[in-house]
Amino acid sequence: MSFALANTIGAVFAAPVRWLAASIDAPLRLWQRLTGKGGMIAFFLMPNMIVFGTFVIIPLFINFAYSVTGGNELFLTDRSFVGTQHFDRLLTCDNHFDPSSCRDDLFWTAVWNTARFVVVQVTTIAIVAMGTALILNSKIPARGFWRAVFFFPVLLSPVVVGLIWRWILQRQGLLNFVMIEMDLTPVNWLIERDWAFVAAVGVSVWAHVGFYALILLAGLQAIPRDLYEAAEMDGTRPARVFFRITLPLLWPNLLVVIVLALIRAVQIFDEVYVLTGGGPGTSTLYLTQYIYEIGFASILRNPGLASAASLMMGGVLIVLTLGQLGLQRWRDRA
Amino acid sequence: MSRIATFLTRRRGDGGRWHWTDVVTWLWLGAGLILMFGPAIWLVLSSFKTPAQLAEFPPTILPYVSETVAVTLNGETRNLPLYDVILSDGSADQLAELRRVGTVAQMIDPADPETVIKVPITDRRPVREVGFAWDNYLKPLEAFNFGQYLYNSVFVTVTATIITLITNSMAAFALSKYEFRGRNAVLLIIVATLMIPLSVNLVPLYSVISTLGLQNTLWGVILPTVATPTGVFLLRQYMLTIPDELIEAARMDKASEWQIYYRIVLPLTAPALAVLAIFSVVWRWNDFLWPLIVLSRKELFTLQVGLNTFAGELNVQWHYILAMTVATMIPVVIVFVFLQRFITTGIAGTGLK
Repeated sequence: MSFALANTIGAVFAAPVRWLAASIDAPLRLWQRLTGKGGMIAFFLMPNMIVFGTFVIIPLFINFAYSVTGGNELFLTDRSFVGTQHFDRLLTCDNHFDPSSCRDDLFWTAVWNTARFVVVQVTTIAIVAMGTALILNSKIPARGFWRAVFFFPVLLSPVVVGLIWRWILQRQGLLNFVMIEMDLTPVNWLIERDWAFVAAVGVSVWAHVGFYALILLAGLQAIPRDLYEAAEMDGTRPARVFFRITLPLLWPNLLVVIVLALIRAVQIFDEVYVLTGGGPGTSTLYLTQYIYEIGFASILRNPGLASAASLMMGGVLIVLTLGQLGLQRWRDRA
Repeated sequence: MSRIATFLTRRRGDGGRWHWTDVVTWLWLGAGLILMFGPAIWLVLSSFKTPAQLAEFPPTILPYVSETVAVTLNGETRNLPLYDVILSDGSADQLAELRRVGTVAQMIDPADPETVIKVPITDRRPVREVGFAWDNYLKPLEAFNFGQYLYNSVFVTVTATIITLITNSMAAFALSKYEFRGRNAVLLIIVATLMIPLSVNLVPLYSVISTLGLQNTLWGVILPTVATPTGVFLLRQYMLTIPDELIEAARMDKASEWQIYYRIVLPLTAPALAVLAIFSVVWRWNDFLWPLIVLSRKELFTLQVGLNTFAGELNVQWHYILAMTVATMIPVVIVFVFLQRFITTGIAGTGLK
């Protein structure tokens, strides 16, 4: 889009904003005279903080209250205190590695499914994003076009992603047709447990890898050119250049990418839910879907249990996010 | 042609020989092109196929429609499907199908509709040409609430984006241009909310929404999404680069603080506002889990929730599901085509998603 067009669009938006803003200037001037600068600061912060408070901070406290109260009533005043009952139910296992030995076998199925998904998906994303970024950073014609190619699925909605792939992966779908053409045995992608896992990982990598490749590409482009020129003059082999220059200097960005991907993978829900619905059986049931089903969808609705599970997931996410913030600070200083 | 050939065979360096890294590069790019665009193109092509064609295996690439012919029979004009038929004497002909009984079809020659010819169905193939089954798109728009879903999605997206831009820019202004006690505390609270994604707060957030009477309203979908910590940070970082001298000069000229915000700082923040606006539009358009929880009345569904429900209810009617998936994808594709450059540089610059 040309900048002239952008300016025109901007001007069209700006006119009514200006008019509206000007119309409330007089009362705000009065407010400023009465309360001084402090009153104005409060006024600027108020809308955002009210929304934050109402929809993030207060719910967080309610979350703790829910996790120690029982029943399926929604309003806290109707709920009775049950102490750590929900946490006991979630955490009691003869053997934590075997979901069927747990009091809440579905929760541990979801935990281990999620763990397996996170490890495989994040590793795949890191490798594919790295390869894509390296190739996009090399001397190729029409680099902007290729960057757009890998970025395209990132914008698609999870529902669209899920449905596109449900169509392609079905028994008589395009992928099985291509496999038959290549003399491979067709596979019931969404019906066999292990293949459904492969499909869930593959589809989520497809949908997100472009985003991470872009971050890595930005990191690659920030590496000073003269380092490579010096290496070339010394006749250093490409593999050595990669391990001695590229990788060490890209490492902070790669770590940020891995942590960001971890945070998102732990919460995986939308596209897999549309693709497999958690099935076949419970083979692609992940934590967020567990929380959703226990909290809202199932006939055995138990908001307290869902809250307890989501707090435990929240704990993992807080550790990961703190790691991400620390890493980003370290990267930006380095 | 030769210029395209040189373009396509251009190698790393100048005129050097093909290196194995060139091969890897082009294989990777080629695979990327097919894998990233292929599924979406396959979706669009499939969405124009008739149900009968969708059930075909092996599938055809392009959508076809069967040709029909108008035949007047006993004073009644009917449209009958046309077939290429191999007759029992070995000759080929084009006949219209009157009816089918088991494995035998009763067929007639359009030129001579009185004589019925019996043909085994294995000896005939439908006459067809490339064409689009527009009904896939038109029927769901009439029979299901897709117009309503579209309206709901647009309303949620536009309203949420406007509120996001206003509240986030006001907060960012206060946090970047004023020194006050508790500023760091406010910043810390905003950072803290980064750690509490929606999926952790689902149950209590729903109880807050219910207490406020917002369950089953579009506002219940909109409000929890507008206070994005990333938005506040993005705008604050940008506003920090605006020189304070501008603001001091405006104060000398007796500008009110509100005027400083909307006449000086806001226009200078336009590029960052544009990035946030684009992201907000894509986020809100694609939101799924939260609308799925808040909305249970069909007439309030957003496009994403409607599409998912629709796909669940019509498990076998893929021709409708595919068409509606394409329709849901169109706005995002438009954003992609026109604003892709803004978004990719935005991500590279801010790490926002």
